[in-house]
Amino acid sequence: MSKDELLKLLENAIVMGHLDVDDEGFDGTMEGTPGTLELVEKALNEGIEPGEILKSFGESMEKVGKLYESGEYFLPDMLASAECVGEAMDIVEPKLELDDSSAGKGKFLIATVKGDVHDIGKNIVATMLKGAGYQVKDLGINVPAEDILQAIKEFEPDFIGLSALLTTTMIEMEQVIKLIKEEGLDNIKVFIGGTPTSKEFAEKIGADQHCRDVIEALQALEKMGEVS
Amino acid sequence: MGEQESQYRRALHVEPVERFAPAQVEGIHAASMKLLAETGLQCEGKKAAEMYRDAGCRVDEIQKGKQKLWRVRFPEKLMDKALSTVPSEVILGARDPQNTLYLNAKVPAVYFGTGSEANIYLRSRIDEFVSVADSEKRLQYPVFEEETGSLAALCASARLIDHLEHADFFIRNINIQDDEIDSTNKDVNVYFASLLNTAKHVQGGITDLEALPKVISLAKIVAGGEPHLPLSFIVCPIRSPLFMFNESSQKVIAIAREMIPMVISSSPQGGVTAPIQEEGMLIEINAEILAGIALAQFAKPGAPVLYGSVPVRARFDTLEDCYGTAEFAHYAMGCVQMARYYNIPCYSSAGVGDVKRPGIQAMVEKMYSYKEVASAGAHYIHYAFGLLDGTNIFSPLQAVLDNATIALAKDMLRVSSFEEADIEAALKEIDKTAEGSGMFARGIRKQIRRNVVSSTYEFISKGEEDQVFEQAQAKLDAYLADDSNILSDEIIEKVYQEIPGLLDKIVAR
Repeated sequence: MSKDELLKLLENAIVMGHLDVDDEGFDGTMEGTPGTLELVEKALNEGIEPGEILKSFGESMEKVGKLYESGEYFLPDMLASAECVGEAMDIVEPKLELDDSSAGKGKFLIATVKGDVHDIGKNIVATMLKGAGYQVKDLGINVPAEDILQAIKEFEPDFIGLSALLTTTMIEMEQVIKLIKEEGLDNIKVFIGGTPTSKEFAEKIGADQHCRDVIEALQALEKMGEVS
Repeated sequence: MGEQESQYRRALHVEPVERFAPAQVEGIHAASMKLLAETGLQCEGKKAAEMYRDAGCRVDEIQKGKQKLWRVRFPEKLMDKALSTVPSEVILGARDPQNTLYLNAKVPAVYFGTGSEANIYLRSRIDEFVSVADSEKRLQYPVFEEETGSLAALCASARLIDHLEHADFFIRNINIQDDEIDSTNKDVNVYFASLLNTAKHVQGGITDLEALPKVISLAKIVAGGEPHLPLSFIVCPIRSPLFMFNESSQKVIAIAREMIPMVISSSPQGGVTAPIQEEGMLIEINAEILAGIALAQFAKPGAPVLYGSVPVRARFDTLEDCYGTAEFAHYAMGCVQMARYYNIPCYSSAGVGDVKRPGIQAMVEKMYSYKEVASAGAHYIHYAFGLLDGTNIFSPLQAVLDNATIALAKDMLRVSSFEEADIEAALKEIDKTAEGSGMFARGIRKQIRRNVVSSTYEFISKGEEDQVFEQAQAKLDAYLADDSNILSDEIIEKVYQEIPGLLDKIVAR
């Protein structure tokens, strides 16, 4: 199989959200055929440059994005593709030269704030961002403001995402932002999300961006990238 | 779906809700038989009366004022004999063979389509309204214009139905009132306008019996070599209670002899032309439909017929037809059970709004009636698209909304079909996901493609405001602008050459 053919297969596997050989894939018919992870391993074994594989990830996700925009794909399809890229990154990243192992589009720290144990939305955002080329660190649920601040110092993110599902816990977001500002880390953009939050609430607590869903988050990040 | 059924248009298969217990069904049947045997039917037509007499009915001449009528009484065994020749399967062809409908009395599979012959076609467009109190507050809302039914409106309706995913058949829905139309040329123009614009099954009445051969010739040209004609007929030979018209009884006989599928319908109004309580309604309408079906079978044993039930209730303030009541659905559900008892495919009714304009009232009235009547396993639900003001108005915008509502009703009635292997697969999925990502979104994809997951409402709003009307109107405008599925030029030419009476204005040539 030529290099181009192999990369084409890899692209197709990502577009179809086909993770690995055990995964049934897009329509339940793909179990038993090589998925993204096997194809990435094969590509590396055959000497394809990691940088070239990374480029293929980006192109694949662009196609997935277009399919979503046209209505042919649903969010679960996009999420599956993003998951493929996210897991494939874990294989490719260690092989990258130091110069190449930049954070891609940027570093994103994400957490559900203290007192809140809801993580579905946060997990979706984390998966999608990873698939879209961001380096993501997920702190999990019920994370105190002080722990988030500590993680910021260690991970040095460009963006922070804070999630909450309850009106009683969303006020914790304000505490996190207050600590960030006190530390003089104003260059980090803070995203907030979750059912009870709103644009008005984001403005009130000093967050940079409110997102209703992952699509809005991706769009906002894209815009910020263009500006910077 | 069996192998044989797979070649036909997909229907909604349901586990039928049985409103009546078996003993109640038997009770209705026995009462209808008693009614037909003792009270019988007043028959206006001599030809029909003679046919009943020749078949073995007791027929007595009676005088009603100046009119000579015949009272026809049906011995139960004779009715049993007539019903024994009714086919339990009916196939309704379509211009596009993939739209062919398969109705099997033994299989509760449901199709939805249009109905009535509305006098008014309700045009719509979206307008912007500004708040008097605050000019910053604006609202997009439809405005409407009533238009007298016309051939152009009929063409537009057929084209629209051709585009609507959940519309399985097209019953001519507009009463065409163009100046050039009279009883002699109405039928050919109605059927041609319909067949021209939709590749789905077309159904309607026959105004003039003389036009029947011309309509059949038209259907044969459109069908080409296909085995099933793309049209069938509806005849309502009964005026409730228990009176059979001369002219329509002749239509029953003529169509039966052609062996073309025919709905034999009755439409009593509970509270005025039939008892309002459901058992009374059911006894009467059942007797009336069976009397009509028997005539068709006496004319031609084995003639394909549908049990045509269009029972409605009176509203108490005006005694006009009222569709937004539970009785409308209850009556129809009862009729479905009776048709199933006789092993005859059922033509049924659901989805009419009493209000004159699309909106919340219409949606509420329609939603429950679709769901209830379909849940009974009615094979062929007419009235389901666009009807408002009883059945006086056809609103294309409402029809687009109805299509989306029927999609929801279908999803709600979807029969559960998982098997042991599916349970194993689900267990594996839960196990794997619980240990892994914790999100089952990956598994959604396969289920979406297997069509076992419900869709969201077609006109769901992306923002915070309800945008249903705007979205539906946009779809309507796009559908009406698309005439890519009309008949070929070659067939149009042939039709105009061979079928007399067609108006040029149906086709822009």
